[in-house]
Amino acid sequence: MDVILFLAFATIAVVCGVNVVLQTHPISSAVSLIGVMGSLAVLYLLLGAEFIAAAQVIVYAGAIMVLFLFVIMLLNAGEETRRGRSRLVQFLGLPLLVTLLGLFSYLVLRLFPNASHVRFGAFQGGTPAKFGRVLFTEFLLPFEVTSVLILIAILGAIVLARKEIE
Amino acid sequence: MQPVTTVHYLALSVALLLIGTVGVLTRRNIVIILMSIELILNAVNINLIAFSHQLQNVNGQIFAIFVITDAVAEAAVGLGILIALFRNKETVLADEVNLLKW
Repeated sequence: MDVILFLAFATIAVVCGVNVVLQTHPISSAVSLIGVMGSLAVLYLLLGAEFIAAAQVIVYAGAIMVLFLFVIMLLNAGEETRRGRSRLVQFLGLPLLVTLLGLFSYLVLRLFPNASHVRFGAFQGGTPAKFGRVLFTEFLLPFEVTSVLILIAILGAIVLARKEIE
Repeated sequence: MQPVTTVHYLALSVALLLIGTVGVLTRRNIVIILMSIELILNAVNINLIAFSHQLQNVNGQIFAIFVITDAVAEAAVGLGILIALFRNKETVLADEVNLLKW
C-alpha cells in the first residue's frame, strides 16, 4: 500500500514538475506546480509529517500559487517564444540530465545503506501538538526572528510594487 | 515488492532539484523562473522531512517549516520586483532586461 501510494504520487510530482518547465504559458505552469505541491503533501503525510502536509497545502498550494496567478494575470504575460538552442544542447542535454539523476541516486544508495523503511504511521512525532511543543520551546528564538523576516518581506514587497508619487 | 526507504525520497528530491535547475537556466519568463525556484525549495523540504523520519526526530520538520516561510518571503519580494520591473521596462522576459549588462 505504501509502495503504491509513494510510486503514484512521486510519479505525479515528477510529471507535473517537468510540465512546469515545458509549458509555454505561465498559467499552465502554475497549475502544474499546484499538482506538484499537492502530491508532495501526500508524500509528507506518508512520512508522518501531518502538520507540514497541511501547511504545504494551505501555504504553498493556496497562498503562494494564488499570488503567482494574480501576478500572471496582472502582467498579462502571454506565451513565451522559444529561442533557438545550440545543437549540442538539443541532443546531449536530456541524456546527460538523466545520467546525472542516475548517478546521484546510485551514490545515495551506495553511501546510505541503512536507510529505514517508510511505513505510514511509523513516526508519530509530526502531529500538530508535538510539533508545536518543540517549535515554541526549543526553537522559540528562530520562530520570533522569522516573524521579523516576514515583516521585512511585506515592507519590501509594498515598497517595490507601489506607484511612484511625483 | 521492494519497500519504500529514505533513499527513494532522496532520489525524488534529486529529480525535483534537477528539474528546477533546468527551469531556472532555460526559461526566459521570470514568473516561471520563480516557480522553478519553488520546486528547488520543495526538494530541500523532502530531504529534511525524509531525514526527520529516518532519525525519528521532529527537528527536521521544524526546519522544513522555516524553509516554507522563507519561500513565501522570497516569492512575495520576487513578484514585487517583477511588478516594478514591468512598470519600467514593459517586459517579463529575463533576457530583455539588460540594464546592468555592460
